Amino acid sequence: MSGAHDISHLLAGAMLVTSFALLYQERVASVLNAFAAQSITLALAVAWTAWSDNRPDLFITALIALSLKGIVIPLALRRMVERLGIHRQVEKVVGVGPALLVGLALTGLAQALVAKVATGTASHAREALALALAIVLLGFLMMIVRRNAVTQVVGFMSMENGLILAATGARGMPLVVEVSVAFSVLIALFVFAVFVFRIRERFDTVDIEALDRMRGDRR
Amino acid sequence: MTGDLILQFLAQGAQMTMVLLIAPLAVGVVRLVKARLMRRQGPSLLQGYRDLAKLLRKESVIAESASWLFRSAPYLIFALTWVAAALVPSFASGLMFNWAADVVALVALLGAARALLALAGMDVGTSFGGIGSSREIMIATLAEPAMMLIVLTLAIAAGTTRLAGVADFFIAEPWAVRVSLALSLIALVIVALAENARIPVDNPATHLELTMVHEAMILEYSGRHLALIEAASHLKLVLYLSLLICLFAPFGMAPATAGVAGWLAGLVLWAAKLLLGAALLGVWEVSIAKMRVFRLPDFVGVAFVFGFLAILLAFLSRGAVA
Repeated sequence: MSGAHDISHLLAGAMLVTSFALLYQERVASVLNAFAAQSITLALAVAWTAWSDNRPDLFITALIALSLKGIVIPLALRRMVERLGIHRQVEKVVGVGPALLVGLALTGLAQALVAKVATGTASHAREALALALAIVLLGFLMMIVRRNAVTQVVGFMSMENGLILAATGARGMPLVVEVSVAFSVLIALFVFAVFVFRIRERFDTVDIEALDRMRGDRR
Repeated sequence: MTGDLILQFLAQGAQMTMVLLIAPLAVGVVRLVKARLMRRQGPSLLQGYRDLAKLLRKESVIAESASWLFRSAPYLIFALTWVAAALVPSFASGLMFNWAADVVALVALLGAARALLALAGMDVGTSFGGIGSSREIMIATLAEPAMMLIVLTLAIAAGTTRLAGVADFFIAEPWAVRVSLALSLIALVIVALAENARIPVDNPATHLELTMVHEAMILEYSGRHLALIEAASHLKLVLYLSLLICLFAPFGMAPATAGVAGWLAGLVLWAAKLLLGAALLGVWEVSIAKMRVFRLPDFVGVAFVFGFLAILLAFLSRGAVA
């Protein structure tokens, strides 16, 4: 039993590492690779939970994660990047080092929070929840500190990866909800894509700072 | 009893000489693997020994502005690194001086050696030496805290900072897959690459680059001084490979009471793992490019991040944060 938890923690920890990898990468293509790796790890983690806890419905979740977020979305985003011909560098609000440090602080925050909130639960459930919360927070951070529109989409998706991880650990999310979330994410991708194309058409860049200028905000 | 003591003493002595003797071979393996992957013939495996012998025979030229520090530093660096390398348990866990093989002591010994090297690099007053020293210290300020965090993570898991104790713990519990340990493995690999001036951080194959770190510090050295520094850097490579083996793949290490036959089996296995590690390092070095110097703090910072994450998770799974 403890071996099963060890492996699910290892996979969740690997997802956290890929979250940090998202923050670490400086090129759009590498960000997309890291995101694909995160989604595939998510699929593995969910499949492992399905197998070890004997909950076959989770296999569908794993399949959705693998096919949609591990393959389709990264490929779509890659095509988008190619068609837009945007710069290979990611525009940043803060550098890699500070972003990683803030990410560390957020991970610590997640752990402290879970330790406070979920007292009395088993330690493995607590650890899984803390990891998932940290991944969600890192997704937020990614959306905040990276100004490139494509990486914003990636941050959003990685946040959603964390949510799914939390939901599978907490034996909460029913399949209907899961499927609808997956499709809303897909629709969100289309909306994002349209937006990105429009932004690009209008401002000739995908740096979202251009939107601030257009709104008249002064820095 | 006395015979046993002598045997123990001999085994410890054998470990000390083993690391010294195998070090140039390990470096030779890295170079040969790299050369073959680039479809070059490559130097012979014994080239490391030949280089050292040649340097020891040559005259040592010392700059006029050099102080006593410049002349004494190579001996001290070599001695400190050798002691550190000899402390890491290689083929048996319970040797005579295993009580001294504490990871904190290891970090302190290496830190002292590095401080001396940085001082020696600045001593002559050439600009290259100064640049090399400042870069080395910049990397060290990030790598050393990461190293300490890794050490503490392992100490929390095993309940001791003694290397032999940690190795015994992991031999007894080989399949304990833990997130914190996986993270500290990655962090330790990054620290090892940075400390040994290996490829994403520094290029060990040339001293003709403006971005060099280690080679810039030792540009002024020649003859037997250079030989000692080279030998020390070979020893450091063996030390880190040995440390990785001891902490993360200690299977097959002989226990304290194994006797001569057990020790020999452990020795063969350790040498095989060491050379395999060196070959993997060669493959790694061929497959990636060197980083820009300004990107280095980020790269070594990742080791710090992983070390910190590892220790957070180690605490969390024990329920110590509350």
